[in-house]
Amino acid sequence: MPEAAALPTRKDEAWRYAAVEALQGVPLDEWRTITVARGDAVRECVVVEDRADGAEGTVLHRLRVTVREGARCELFAVVAAELYARVEIEVTLGRGAHFEFGGVTVGGRDTVREFVTRVVHAEPEATSNQTVRSVHWGQGTGNFLGTIEVARHAQKTDAAQSFKGLLLEKGASVNAVPQLEIFADDVKCAHGATVGQLDEQARFYMAARGLAPEVARRLLVQAFIGDAFVALEDEEARERMMHVALDKLDKHL
Amino acid sequence: MLQITDLHATVSDKPILKGLSLTVNAGEVHAIMGPNGAGKSTLSYVLGGRPGYEVTGGSVSFEGQDLLEMEPHERAAAGLFLGFQYPVEIPGVSNVQFLREALNSQRKSRGQEPLSGGEFLKLAKDKAALLKLDMDMLKRHVNVGFSGGEKKRAEMVQMGILDPRLAILDETDSGLDIDALRVVGQGINAIMRAPDKAVLLITHYQRLLEYVRPDYVHILSQGRIVKTGGPDLAQALEREGYDAVMAHA
Repeated sequence: MPEAAALPTRKDEAWRYAAVEALQGVPLDEWRTITVARGDAVRECVVVEDRADGAEGTVLHRLRVTVREGARCELFAVVAAELYARVEIEVTLGRGAHFEFGGVTVGGRDTVREFVTRVVHAEPEATSNQTVRSVHWGQGTGNFLGTIEVARHAQKTDAAQSFKGLLLEKGASVNAVPQLEIFADDVKCAHGATVGQLDEQARFYMAARGLAPEVARRLLVQAFIGDAFVALEDEEARERMMHVALDKLDKHL
Repeated sequence: MLQITDLHATVSDKPILKGLSLTVNAGEVHAIMGPNGAGKSTLSYVLGGRPGYEVTGGSVSFEGQDLLEMEPHERAAAGLFLGFQYPVEIPGVSNVQFLREALNSQRKSRGQEPLSGGEFLKLAKDKAALLKLDMDMLKRHVNVGFSGGEKKRAEMVQMGILDPRLAILDETDSGLDIDALRVVGQGINAIMRAPDKAVLLITHYQRLLEYVRPDYVHILSQGRIVKTGGPDLAQALEREGYDAVMAHA
């Protein structure tokens, strides 16, 4: 069976925490390509949520992005699907280009929701900034596998990557795999990853002001995931992304 | 309004309150003073219902209800306000959003209509002016980047907005300079001096009591009230120290 043979396994670094068994029958070689022409700017929002028709299935988004000289690409994504969902982004940056990524995974059940990014600084003076926030409960898992590659001559590269996980219940988990492959010497590459629970002090403080626990939790989660969409200047789009994420929290699915 | 009877409480299994009794009636201001480690902050946290502060004996009734049976947010909705010694920073949540949600949560549980955005802002502006706190501070995230004095004034703005029946103020005077102390003292009087309200001031020093005149001063030591008097007791403490005053007790 050729299809079965083509399925990735968890031995593949990029699929290490994936729900590979949920890939059966999912077309794997479908990549959407985005090319941002010299000096242009493109913004895209990707929303993966429970399907309104009730149909269930694995959701796989694979994007291959080329950002030409001096151009700018902004991607924002919220992954709040019921079943395994993966958003995979490969970006190649030209000279002085910028890539901005803000992503949120949110949800419970025993679902894996993940972002896998590979940002290639192929030319000098490009910048990239990635902010991922994951909020999970039940046996939900959120993953961020972020690779940054800086080519030998891509001097003055400035790349940043930030991941924070918030676990609302025992049993939920997050995995963060930052991977930096830097072949130039005059570059700035910052990455950070943390995982924690809701701040008990803040929860008591909010309760002492009259906020019920679920209201306090919603406010704290809203503040937490808000980081991922700070750079999203389209207010309507930002509210839509926040709404999808908080709606998932409210339904506690 | 508040009746504490033979209250025992532990923190991490260590007994801190050991038979504390205290009655606060409407219209009264009580000050609780005492040396470090006497249990002052524990008392305020137990009354607020903070997790980890376990009541092992005694009872607390607030406006005829069993306070200890209520969740922390229910205590707030019932009219209890806890002023924190160290107000908590909440990055990402603005004061305005936080307080509006808090006020409307309390109103909802009392069966009142929520305040609109405009009504709330007007109220917040009034109370901020009372405490001489710049309205711009209220648009910022809760206590984030506030100085010690700003945090305490912001606490009092919160108290003004939430309009409680009973305020328990845990060292609200710490970290305040002389001018801020006067503003905060006047704020407490303006917000809480009323026949149907009461204040429990927890403090180390007598200076706040010059602005907020207590009707009763209690000395808390080793988890119990060991002496009760009028404002002159606070002056005696300031003059002679805890050891000397308690030696007469």
